[in-house]
Amino acid sequence: MAKVRGAIVVDVERCKGCEICIGSCPTDVLRMSVDVNGKGYHYAYMENPEACTGCVNCATVCPDTVITVYRIKVPS
Amino acid sequence: MAELRIEDIIKPENIVFKKTKLFTDKPLSYCPGCGHGVVHRLVLEVIEEMGIEAETIGIAPVGCSVLAYEFMNIDMVQAPHGRAPALATGIKRIHTEKFVFTYQGDGDLAAIGTAETIHACNRGENIAIIFINNGIYGMTGGQMAPTTLPGMQSSTSPYGRDVETMGHPMKITELVSNLPGTRFVARHAVHTPALVRKTKKAIRKAFENQKENKGLSFVEVVSNCNSGWKMSPVESNKWLAENMLPFYELGTLKDE
Ligand SMILES: Cc1ncc(C[n+]2csc(CCOP(=O)(O)OP(=O)(O)O)c2C)c(N)n1
Ligand code: SF4
Repeated sequence: MAKVRGAIVVDVERCKGCEICIGSCPTDVLRMSVDVNGKGYHYAYMENPEACTGCVNCATVCPDTVITVYRIKVPS
Repeated sequence: MAELRIEDIIKPENIVFKKTKLFTDKPLSYCPGCGHGVVHRLVLEVIEEMGIEAETIGIAPVGCSVLAYEFMNIDMVQAPHGRAPALATGIKRIHTEKFVFTYQGDGDLAAIGTAETIHACNRGENIAIIFINNGIYGMTGGQMAPTTLPGMQSSTSPYGRDVETMGHPMKITELVSNLPGTRFVARHAVHTPALVRKTKKAIRKAFENQKENKGLSFVEVVSNCNSGWKMSPVESNKWLAENMLPFYELGTLKDE
């Protein structure tokens, strides 16, 4: 059966650090950075990238549409 | 098999979600976590998916979303406080083939523009009204709105809304659903992925309905105002689910 792997890219400078995406992720991929962006906000990043399935939940709830989502099928 | 690298996934051909091209390049002026941004995106995604970007005219309100025309790369005008449905009426009656929508907050739609809202709904204008209910006046500093819940604190009800002296919260969506001119009336929310998807379907329907000229479509979105509520974005969404939703029940109120 093919397995699905995903990944996200966060537009770091546009992230406002609201953290809503963190709780929307069913596989607990996301965390907030310790660093801040040019506006002083912590931004979301993939702490556990191997767990991402590309389900688009994080991008769906993001109020600033800063998340782009990628997904591929990998033969297991 | 060799270990899959992130770079192998992050390739243009693997994109499953990206920002709609109908957003301008301007960063949204909303506070971190504000639901306005999600609803802006849903409206634009629907317009893009229907391919009607050249045939749509939006009316921005007064309130935090007064600058919606800066972010939405479609034809838009901005109406004085509460007057969006009146302006939309004029535009739609002249440009009958266009898709016309208003985007309004609860202070705009349910307080200052009550008359415009009710009469546009009652006349059955063939427009879509997208109504963002965050329970207060966000832009001006979190004052009480007609939609503020009983007991809810705001800058003008610091001890909580006392319904004896301040009146009851108004369910304007229920009210307009009783008018013969409305065709589709629904209430949704955008604080979870599943609810965002449902809201998008309702917005799509509100736009599709305009093709048939059968009356007004009204979509309320119960949203947060974390700045006005003085909570973090995540806390405000939890508060919304626990306090706003029992009063403002989600679902379709009318679909004819
Ligand atoms: C006729 C009139 N009265 C008052 C104002 C001041 N005013 C500007 S924004 C606003 C509140 C808007 O609140 P709401 O519609 O709930 O939108 P939000 O900011 O919460 O998105 C008010 C009262 C105005 N611009 N015009
Ligand atoms: S004040 Fe409230 S409604 Fe306005 S942008 Fe901020 S969170 Fe959103």
